[in-house]
Amino acid sequence: MRFYEFEARQIVERAGIPVTKYGFVTDAAEARKVAADIGGPTVIKSQVLTGGRMKAGGVKFADTPEEAEAHAADILELEIGGHMPKGVLVDPKAQVKQEYYASVVWDGTEKRPMLLFSDMGGIDIEEVAETHPDHVGRAHFSNLIPFSDYQAKQVVAQTGVTGRQLTRIVPILTRLARVFQDGDMTLAEINPLAELEDGSFVALDAHMEMENEARPRQKKLLADLGIGDEETREGHEPTPFEEAVAAIDAADHRGVIQGKDTGFHGNLGLVIGAGGGSLTLTDAVRSQGGKPANYSEIGGNPSVAKACGLAKEVLQKDGVEKIAVMMSIVSNTRVDIVARGVIKACLELGKDPAETIAVFRIPGAWEEEGAKILSKYGVEFNDRTTSMWDAAGEAVEKIPS
Amino acid sequence: MSILINEETTFIVQGITGREAVNLTRECLDFGSKIVGGVTPGRKGRDVHGVPVFDTVEQVVEHNGGVAPDGSVVTVPPAFTKDAVLEAIAAGVKTIVIVTERIPRRDVAQMVEFADMHGARIIGPNCLGIIVPGVAKMGGVGGPAKDAQKAYQPGVVGVMSRSGGMTTEISSTLTAAGLGVSTAVSIGGDAIIGQTYAELMPLFEADEQTEAIVIYTEPGGRMEAQLAEWQTENDSRLPIVAFMAGRFMDEEEMKGMSFGHAGTIVEGKEDTATEKIQRLEAAGIPVVERIDAIPDAVKAKLGDRA
Repeated sequence: MRFYEFEARQIVERAGIPVTKYGFVTDAAEARKVAADIGGPTVIKSQVLTGGRMKAGGVKFADTPEEAEAHAADILELEIGGHMPKGVLVDPKAQVKQEYYASVVWDGTEKRPMLLFSDMGGIDIEEVAETHPDHVGRAHFSNLIPFSDYQAKQVVAQTGVTGRQLTRIVPILTRLARVFQDGDMTLAEINPLAELEDGSFVALDAHMEMENEARPRQKKLLADLGIGDEETREGHEPTPFEEAVAAIDAADHRGVIQGKDTGFHGNLGLVIGAGGGSLTLTDAVRSQGGKPANYSEIGGNPSVAKACGLAKEVLQKDGVEKIAVMMSIVSNTRVDIVARGVIKACLELGKDPAETIAVFRIPGAWEEEGAKILSKYGVEFNDRTTSMWDAAGEAVEKIPS
Repeated sequence: MSILINEETTFIVQGITGREAVNLTRECLDFGSKIVGGVTPGRKGRDVHGVPVFDTVEQVVEHNGGVAPDGSVVTVPPAFTKDAVLEAIAAGVKTIVIVTERIPRRDVAQMVEFADMHGARIIGPNCLGIIVPGVAKMGGVGGPAKDAQKAYQPGVVGVMSRSGGMTTEISSTLTAAGLGVSTAVSIGGDAIIGQTYAELMPLFEADEQTEAIVIYTEPGGRMEAQLAEWQTENDSRLPIVAFMAGRFMDEEEMKGMSFGHAGTIVEGKEDTATEKIQRLEAAGIPVVERIDAIPDAVKAKLGDRA
């Protein structure tokens, strides 16, 4: 899950990393007050969970509190990448001597966190790494032994930074590494980390992302930031279809169903599973010219009610008249249960299963029973001798876009 | 012969009294695996399909005359998985299959680091385990013994897959084509896993039965780039064929979303399907578009070498 910049600021501030005297506000009049409080020129930054703020006009400079109010009013109304801002951050326009970069990320192949530092801050780090590799320091660190200052020191020293700058940056990096670990972050980034004209260092912008799986044990931090369980912080708002499927899934604990339709605009209803099978089948449909109406996953042996619920939701989507019911070979999920579910869905919607289920291909556990149920309703059962590719191809043929 | 497990391998099931674990125990016993004990804290004295249950891994070791079991299948809930795995490693277990999903990366990284310190190996998390056709299986891979036998017949291809279900689909296709499977490993669908393709390659390389490798891959992470590097740097005797699922995730509208498994989250440049396909192919690893095209691609590669 992503954090807004103002939340990321709070997170680094709590960790003892210096920040500017900033304010987060949700209306323009408050922005004026904060700017007056700060005194002097300010920056007004849109608080959205998307990049490209600067380009979109979501960051503006103000010389006076009046100007800050006017900019805040504009930015609060400005949609960026489909997102309306949650508010604006009013920040003093800092007198920056030099910009640095600091972050901690996971390295999946090393299976350890990695601390990254550069004395060329404010720009894209991947670009710096390519064009000026000698200006990027990095080191992996342990998850069992607490992070220690010397590791940060080595990373800073790799870039040639020395003197007072080195000794001031080291504790900031150590704190950042601890924020990453203690907060179960997948990204903890300060860019730029600014050295001001007076020689002090502040985190001018911070970017934090927390692992979704860790939310249950990060309840305190999330509560302190005022983030409730209902805030998923996905890149997009859930659609009615996604919400409906999630509600059916939550209704009973047996098995798992998931449905997504963000980014899918076709008419070919997909009732598919499991994780890898769904990815494979979605590709196979698209590669053969089919236009999926949705993506879905069935796994962990769900109840008839769940399979039925998913199929009904897919069938009730605009433009969907037929569904393709397909999975890779199942060993836990039962073929007969899914068969019962999808047939029930058709009947409850007053549709003929033989017409509505364009293809049924689920080989594996309880397949004989599944085939029997399907044949009763005139639906052809495909076992493992029909490949996933061919099953998808048949669906595309029977459901022209 | 096989990798990771063989007909002698003994293992335990941690969390053995859970519903899924009870099924898994039945399946493994029916397949010929040697399960020497189970652990569920507070349930000492019970048995699951004849397997004695203990409170601690140490008690299992004691029960077995001071000999640590070779492996453990861990099926405990995410909040308790790390502790269970550390316990097994501390007791001397060397091969650990973690079935549990939704474990935070920090915990996974800690378990892996602890395993490295003790010369132990973790498979998973979020995986279905290891299967050696006709010999043994450690985990739910392939399902009940009769279903597993149908999909997995002994043969020459080593399979590694980020999807548990697709491990079986691919193996079934190889079995139907007469190639069969030497060992299949469901390596797990998370962003950080105990053993990546490249880390298991030396084991397959040393296994005489294995003549070729098939991998199932997805977007997310740089495991495939790591394998491409391994293949380029090592003069492997084993040809590799890859299948890439989730190509649709490269579409602009899908950016930032994850599908199928937690590990499919695209966080870096090397993470997309397109990028991975290029890297694999540049390393001489063909990436096929259909599962049913895998056997012919393997045969073509084996023919090239012959």
